[in-house]
Amino acid sequence: MSDLTLTLPTARPAAAIRDTATMIGRGVRLSRRNLEALITALMLPVILMLLFVYLFGGAINTGTRYVTYVVPGVILLCAGFGSATTAVSVSQDMTNGIIDRFRAMDISAAALIAGHVVASVIRNAVSTVLVFGVALAIGYRPHGSVAEWLGAIAILLMFMAAVSWFAATVGLLASTPEAASGFTFGVMFLPYASSAFVPIDTMPHWLQGFSRHQPCTPVTESLRSLLAGQPVGSHAATAIAWCAGILAVSMVASTIAFWRRTTN
Amino acid sequence: MTNEPAIAIDGLTKAFGTRTVLGGVDLAVERGTIHALLGPNGAGKTTLVRILATLTRPDAGIALVDGRDVVRDRHHVRRVISLTGQYAAVDDLQTGEENLRMMARLGGLSRSHAQSRVRRLLGQFDLTDVSRQRVATYSGGMRRRLDLAASLIGAPAVVFLDEPSTGLDLPSRQAMWQVIRSLAGSGVTVLLTTQYLEEADQLADRIAVLDGGRIIADGTASELKARVAEQRLDITARDGTAYQQIRDRLGERAALADPARRVVGVATDGSAAHVRVLLDDIDPERIAVSRFAIHTATLDDVFLALTGHAPATIPDDLRSHPASRADLDTKESAHV
Repeated sequence: MSDLTLTLPTARPAAAIRDTATMIGRGVRLSRRNLEALITALMLPVILMLLFVYLFGGAINTGTRYVTYVVPGVILLCAGFGSATTAVSVSQDMTNGIIDRFRAMDISAAALIAGHVVASVIRNAVSTVLVFGVALAIGYRPHGSVAEWLGAIAILLMFMAAVSWFAATVGLLASTPEAASGFTFGVMFLPYASSAFVPIDTMPHWLQGFSRHQPCTPVTESLRSLLAGQPVGSHAATAIAWCAGILAVSMVASTIAFWRRTTN
Repeated sequence: MTNEPAIAIDGLTKAFGTRTVLGGVDLAVERGTIHALLGPNGAGKTTLVRILATLTRPDAGIALVDGRDVVRDRHHVRRVISLTGQYAAVDDLQTGEENLRMMARLGGLSRSHAQSRVRRLLGQFDLTDVSRQRVATYSGGMRRRLDLAASLIGAPAVVFLDEPSTGLDLPSRQAMWQVIRSLAGSGVTVLLTTQYLEEADQLADRIAVLDGGRIIADGTASELKARVAEQRLDITARDGTAYQQIRDRLGERAALADPARRVVGVATDGSAAHVRVLLDDIDPERIAVSRFAIHTATLDDVFLALTGHAPATIPDDLRSHPASRADLDTKESAHV
């Protein structure tokens, strides 16, 4: 049941690596040319940044300059929006006939999904660089050391990989690209119910428990502390655990979803 | 190369839920030949091709491609086959060249080998001029050619074509037929599905008629034609009364009855003596019959006789030129 294996087939690891690299190249090329997704990926960070800092920020008291507070939140939000693109691309591949060709060519599910996930992480990384650029232009001043920056980047990449693989799984489960796009709605709104935009203390009591214990909060807090050059505490470990957990579950779920989808 | 068939199918069955799609299919396809799988929509053609292309698992029975089992040995099978489905499996946002290069790399070709192979296929499929354009700008015919080129990139020994010319206009259809003929000419085995008798008759060395999940006939076009009355005397009655009178007289012997045209058909060997006897028998007073014609069996007749329903016809706007059509048109000649 090789369609089941997400690990690279041991019989021809070189081929599996080459297939994955080819699929990543495809994913990146398709991303570059998908105008709609490209505009979302490039414009959204800028608009969200300006929206939060200048429209909402004045009314929110966070104890620091709001731009400093909100940078991690905008990055998370962009990753959420990017996940819709990923889910839709995977779903399109599953519904438009190219999947049959790939399977008949013995391309593994892992290579196909990894191509989408890596392209998605690259899209997110570009958005993130843009967020930092805009933030710096409007007064954001990070204080993290090189090590802290590297830590923040590592956590960000893990978060993006987790969200992307989750989105790919949604794309495999959805019956149509439209449905896939709809299912990722939850991911897009998750950051709002975390400490990404407003302090959790200001939320209604019933929501606080959820907000404190959902993945966006430890990721946000880790990024905020690392970039500000402050002690990160247990947030980093929690954030990494969440990302690794989501990634692991998504990998297994996507394998099963792919197998179910293609076995009949 | 051995003498074993490229494709050997024995007792293949497949059901989706309670719906039986294949009800025990047996078929052998010789190497280097074009075999057409002819049948109406829903006959099970696509399911059979998908099983052979390792994409769908059969419920029972055995299917061997290149001597290997399509379930147990599917990794081997995948190395020798290619599948071209009904929907072009290429990326709209990549150029033709990029699509082919991607498939070449996935097919295991080195970078430089891929480049030369891509260039050759682009030329062979008349796509060199548009190779740097995105596929989104291609016409339906160009897209289908690119799709076929993509499937041939790994030089497969067995090629599955699922309705290769459906939806193509006349020049594209003919170009596609030419490509398929040249494929078989180079030793590749082709199994194609089609709803069109004309396509099967034009292309295939052998035709297997699939209906209701079973192969109900398999042979060359002329063998199949020989399975129905090869010659038929078609009589046009002078008026409605005469038509009814002829029908009554022939009873069960009528091979054709068309009240709209007032035509009744009856099997004959086509000889002058037999036709005279038949005419005298049917119309002793020599007033009921206004015209007659000898009709030579076409594949349409075969299809009708075998399945009980008429085959699909190529839509008029996609119809091929009259010369090629003439081969299939009802051959009618009056001779006594």
